[in-house]
Amino acid sequence: MLIRKSPEILYSEVTPKADYLDRRKFMKGAMATGLLASSVAGVSRLIDPGTEVFADTKLSTVKSPLSTTGEDLTSYQDITHYNNFYEFGTDKGDPARNAGSLKTRPWVVSIEGLVNKPQKIDIDSLMKLHPLEERVYRFRCVEAWSMVIPWVGYSLSELIKQVDPKPEAKYVQFLSLADPSQMPQMRESSISWPYSEGLRMDEAMHPLTLLTFGLYGETLPNQDGAPVRIIVPWKYGFKSAKSIVKIKFVAKQPETTWNDLASNEYGFYSNVNPNVDHPRWSQKTERRIGASLFKQRRTTLMFNGYGDQVASLYNGMDLKKYF
Amino acid sequence: MAWTSRNISDRMAISNRTIVGLKVLVHAACLAPVAWLLWRMVENNLGPDPTATVTFFTGRGTLRLLVLSLAITPVRRLIPQLAWIIRFRRMLGLYAFFYGCLHLLTYVGLYAGFSVAAMIDDITRRRFIVAGLVSWLLMLPLALTSTTWSIRKLGKNWARLHRLAYLSAFAGLTHYWWGVKQGVLTPVPITIVFWMLMLARPLTSWWSKRRTVRAAS
Repeated sequence: MLIRKSPEILYSEVTPKADYLDRRKFMKGAMATGLLASSVAGVSRLIDPGTEVFADTKLSTVKSPLSTTGEDLTSYQDITHYNNFYEFGTDKGDPARNAGSLKTRPWVVSIEGLVNKPQKIDIDSLMKLHPLEERVYRFRCVEAWSMVIPWVGYSLSELIKQVDPKPEAKYVQFLSLADPSQMPQMRESSISWPYSEGLRMDEAMHPLTLLTFGLYGETLPNQDGAPVRIIVPWKYGFKSAKSIVKIKFVAKQPETTWNDLASNEYGFYSNVNPNVDHPRWSQKTERRIGASLFKQRRTTLMFNGYGDQVASLYNGMDLKKYF
Repeated sequence: MAWTSRNISDRMAISNRTIVGLKVLVHAACLAPVAWLLWRMVENNLGPDPTATVTFFTGRGTLRLLVLSLAITPVRRLIPQLAWIIRFRRMLGLYAFFYGCLHLLTYVGLYAGFSVAAMIDDITRRRFIVAGLVSWLLMLPLALTSTTWSIRKLGKNWARLHRLAYLSAFAGLTHYWWGVKQGVLTPVPITIVFWMLMLARPLTSWWSKRRTVRAAS
């Protein structure tokens, strides 16, 4: 598994997909078939027959000063084959196997609720609303594993400013697609769909909160929440809703999926916090995905290491109570 | 008790040679997955989350073998022709314990980092850890009394003691259910098999009694 240091230039500029996949497998694949495919997409399929990626489109991006530096990136293979996306099955490998049935065009995101400019925005217009940035963020799952991912998107605040929320809007709710014809595995779990997540308005407006369209310089693979998702790097991963069809501005804290299922395990805030354990496991440490068996364990950082930027949002709040 | 198994195999026309051959196969079937896991470890090919891979591999292995060992008695009662499979029960039970030890070791090393404080913290606060530990502790006396000498020495009490296998499997399944997230249904198949076996126990004993009565009359 190839993990490389964050380079000075952008992935979209220099790195063909083949390079961030396993070189050795690539060579094997090329020799075995006696082919050297010319298109990038073709090559990526040669590399590893197990690679299932439902995204090809390159995105042009600018580098962001908000990127995390100095940590090895998780491989594209792992980011796209180790997913929690229960609409496509509950096994980590299920989304990569099943998400091919998701149709990401046409795609409309409905902005509604307490806003002055409610609207239905087509995904392609949404992507052009603001220049796309590459943001490398740590990603910490509540299940105590973590990755480092070069996302592509822009601050959600850019969209929020455009739709002009009313003063009484205190929370933003994100609703994911729930279509059994595209997501047949939805029925396999006992969760009531659609997937719902939410942020307080100041959290949603924070520049780190990313409206995300891609990773590794390309559009999001279906299994990672195509065509648009949210990324809130200082919160546990489940707060970052995928495949969003509705963004709703509301006055009261919205009902959110995991909090509804088990409020003692998954708080509404769910900020990464090594001092508040999940009832079933410790949150003091995490397992870095892609590291070898005995090198996976690492210390979990308060707010996932983004405390300097976000701690002030929670001044005076008891984070043990509002976990 | 050696005469019992010979008796059975004679009656069922299964030669001791066949039994030995099958035992080699069972050993291979139980050890090959561990060898494969070790190979993947050496090759650094345990998937994106190696710790989780090893955890689930050893945990599921334990439950499967435990449930398989519990299936022996009901199957023998239903199909008398297969009575000789009793000779595989001890082996399956011991392999379940072996996988259970690997699973426990995974926890002690890769989760608790060999820290006693971390383990005590887990035991006092996490019921799914307790359920797992109980399951392992219940297997311990069974493994220790698995020798032919113990079977002879304990007599009737041996069978009584070894009913703990059911409790151990129950605790293990509870550990599995408490360990996965709400909405995850992966423990369903093994749980169904377990409860079918629990139901099968009274049913098959009634069935074999009825057959004995008929044969007598």
